[in-house]
Amino acid sequence: MKKYILKRVLISCVILVFVAFIIYVLMRSLPTSYLEQVARAKAQQPGSKSYEEWMAQLSATYGMDKGIIPGFISWCGRAIRGDFGDSWRWTVPVTEKFKDAVWISFIMGAIAFFFEIIIALPLGIFAATKQYTKTDYIITLVALACFSLPTFFFASLLKLVFCVHLGWFDLGGLIGRNYEYLSPMGQFFDKAHHLVLPIVTLVVISIGSLMRYTRTNMLEVLNADYIRTARAKGLSENKVIYHHAFRNTLIPLVTMLGGSLPGLFAGALITETLYSIPGIGYVSYQSMVAGDIPFSMFYLVFMAILTLLGNLISDILYAVVDPRVRIA
Amino acid sequence: MADSKETQDLISQEINAEGQSAEESEYSLNDDRRVRTLSPTALVIKRFLRNRVAVTGLVILAFMFVFSFIGGLISPYREDQLFYRNDEQNKQWAAVTENKELRYITGDQEFPSVARAKLVLALKGTEPTFESDGVTYRYEKVSDELIEVFVDGESEPIALATYDTVSNSTSNEKLPFGLQRAILEAVAKDQKSFSHEGKNYTVDEGGTVLDGDTEVAYASRYVVQAIMPDVFLSRTFKEELVEAIEGGSTQFTFTDEDGTTADYALSYDASKSTWSVLQSTSTRVFDTYAEPSAAHWLGTDRNGMDMLTRLMYGGRVSLYIGFIVVFIETAIGVIMGGISGYCGGWVDNLIMRLVDVFYCIPSMPIIIILGATMDAMRVDPQIRMLYLMLLLGFLGWAGIARLVRGQILSLREQEFMTAAEATGIRASRRIFRHLIPNVIPQLIVTMTMSLGSTIITEATLSFLGLGVKFPFASWGNIINDVNDTYVLTNYWFIWIPAGVCLLATVLAFNLVGDGLRDAFDPKMKR
Repeated sequence: MKKYILKRVLISCVILVFVAFIIYVLMRSLPTSYLEQVARAKAQQPGSKSYEEWMAQLSATYGMDKGIIPGFISWCGRAIRGDFGDSWRWTVPVTEKFKDAVWISFIMGAIAFFFEIIIALPLGIFAATKQYTKTDYIITLVALACFSLPTFFFASLLKLVFCVHLGWFDLGGLIGRNYEYLSPMGQFFDKAHHLVLPIVTLVVISIGSLMRYTRTNMLEVLNADYIRTARAKGLSENKVIYHHAFRNTLIPLVTMLGGSLPGLFAGALITETLYSIPGIGYVSYQSMVAGDIPFSMFYLVFMAILTLLGNLISDILYAVVDPRVRIA
Repeated sequence: MADSKETQDLISQEINAEGQSAEESEYSLNDDRRVRTLSPTALVIKRFLRNRVAVTGLVILAFMFVFSFIGGLISPYREDQLFYRNDEQNKQWAAVTENKELRYITGDQEFPSVARAKLVLALKGTEPTFESDGVTYRYEKVSDELIEVFVDGESEPIALATYDTVSNSTSNEKLPFGLQRAILEAVAKDQKSFSHEGKNYTVDEGGTVLDGDTEVAYASRYVVQAIMPDVFLSRTFKEELVEAIEGGSTQFTFTDEDGTTADYALSYDASKSTWSVLQSTSTRVFDTYAEPSAAHWLGTDRNGMDMLTRLMYGGRVSLYIGFIVVFIETAIGVIMGGISGYCGGWVDNLIMRLVDVFYCIPSMPIIIILGATMDAMRVDPQIRMLYLMLLLGFLGWAGIARLVRGQILSLREQEFMTAAEATGIRASRRIFRHLIPNVIPQLIVTMTMSLGSTIITEATLSFLGLGVKFPFASWGNIINDVNDTYVLTNYWFIWIPAGVCLLATVLAFNLVGDGLRDAFDPKMKR
């Protein structure tokens, strides 16, 4: 087991280096005129350095004066020490801005994740046990519809109904107009109030795939021989489903859910942008659109790390949950 | 394998069904003609058509294709055709001021403003002279309305201070000082006629000055000025306007000599004690955000283009992009996965690590960054669309490669491949005749599903303004207008139809994909 994990971690590290390299090359091959443009824009800010100085500094900072490989190595060296440079868009160190933004994303993601699980799992299992009935068809169709819903369209609909017509929520932002005058408790509720719609959006958008996944796996288990045996033994249907079938369905589910845990830190780029929630998704969207290379670079590598971490966790969990895998 | 079992089931069903019909009874029980054999493809189609939900999806898709590809041809409008409407706008036409202060008319010489102020002071006193800037002036009251100012000792006045004004009746040119003086004197003294520079003029009650029968000028208490310098206001216009103002009306209609009638609105500005004369003129403007009507079934958009037509062309773009991207993905994925699965060994290892790397690359942020860069570099919208397709395709092949590899690995070990190998056919024929056809079912299902997700990705990018750009329409960039809260609130017809189209299409692709999966593999029925 230890050896297996170690091997996986090492492979992940190698992959990460390659991904980082590709991202670095991509950032480097952004046309140089772009860097000049940034330098020009920065030189025009009041009290700024001259264009040439900026150009020299930017080139030096991002290793533009070196070749691609030495530049990448020096970037890696700094990145390992946790130094990702200063963000252009936010004019603070990248990691500092990241620390500010990531928690709100995590809280949002975690709440949405919780709701997804408590809604999607029961519905998926319910649909599987009632296969080919009307309930099953409706649940499947709803799942597919949620899965097909474009985030921005759904968010706009929610805004139209709940913000414009009913006036229950603000159109965007994390805090209300009179946030400063509220008591700490009021401030907490103000933020919570602003997070309702984004969380609803996140839940509805991602509920579909989880529901389908649960249903497919539950059906697979229900068709297994040991379920037939359990039924033949004369066990009650409840016992068969919730004791024998559900536990086995949990294997792929836990693997998948465990694997998506790191993703909670990734933020929801589109949803956060739509509701102007200053989480990591929105912040990095703004950085990327503004051509903030240090922050984008950091964000991309961070995303890659999260994906790798997710794969790693789900592989390990699979081995933990299902003893059959460990023997193989 | 599964197919053969299913075929047998179906055959026996058909024997039952046909055995009951009388016509078939002439065949003996084991006659081959009694059995209609179906190819695996026909079976798949049959099973697919039995799935009502999937067929609904297919119908929606067919509708969307007709809507986007044929609709654009039928629609009377072009994608980028602009529409205009006439907008009634009140333009400042003239200003009317009633003269309540002395106005100064000067000839060739200056009458500085300090001297003007001194004159006003002097008028209140009794002295007929005053001094300003070292010059001594003398004034003469012709009447209460007209004061002539002389430099002391001279006989000709240098300026006139008056409540009435003299306007040229024939043009905007200023009348000579002497003539103005003569007219004002005549008006002030209530003379019916006067002569100036050898010419005889008559003055009527309204203040009109006639040279014989032709009108040359007129004097009035009201100053009417055109706002635009190239507009000449005729005497009758001014008179009728003043009449209307004195009558206290707010509306004024004037018919000029050519018979054209124009409506004017009068409004009084108390702070400047001026009446503004506003002419309502119709201006041609872009017909933006027009409500749905018979001409434009879904109204018009921000640029004054027909929404329904844009929606059709947008669908075309969205579907095109979806298909091309999925085609690129599949091409790369099948080649890489095929090589990897068939060759095995270090090649397999290498390609799979490459797949891992591509799996990890966050594609959405990368496309956003590149989109923003293309924005900064002002890339042509058409080329941009091409880049977008290439990028999406190039970043998305990893999943398909993994799928193809997995399939080929498992198929390679099956008996029919051993048999194919034993017959000694070429490797290429083994791959393309025996391996690839068996991967196609899964491939079609995945492709259908990823068509849906590609369309969503493209729409999301276009929504953020980083995908398909104006003048091209796409369902995403049509909805983009929602970023303007006013549009979100007031113009549902701009963004709801596009969203519904998008949702329906993606849902239909997913339904069809689901139905196809069930049809291909009945054992795994959902």
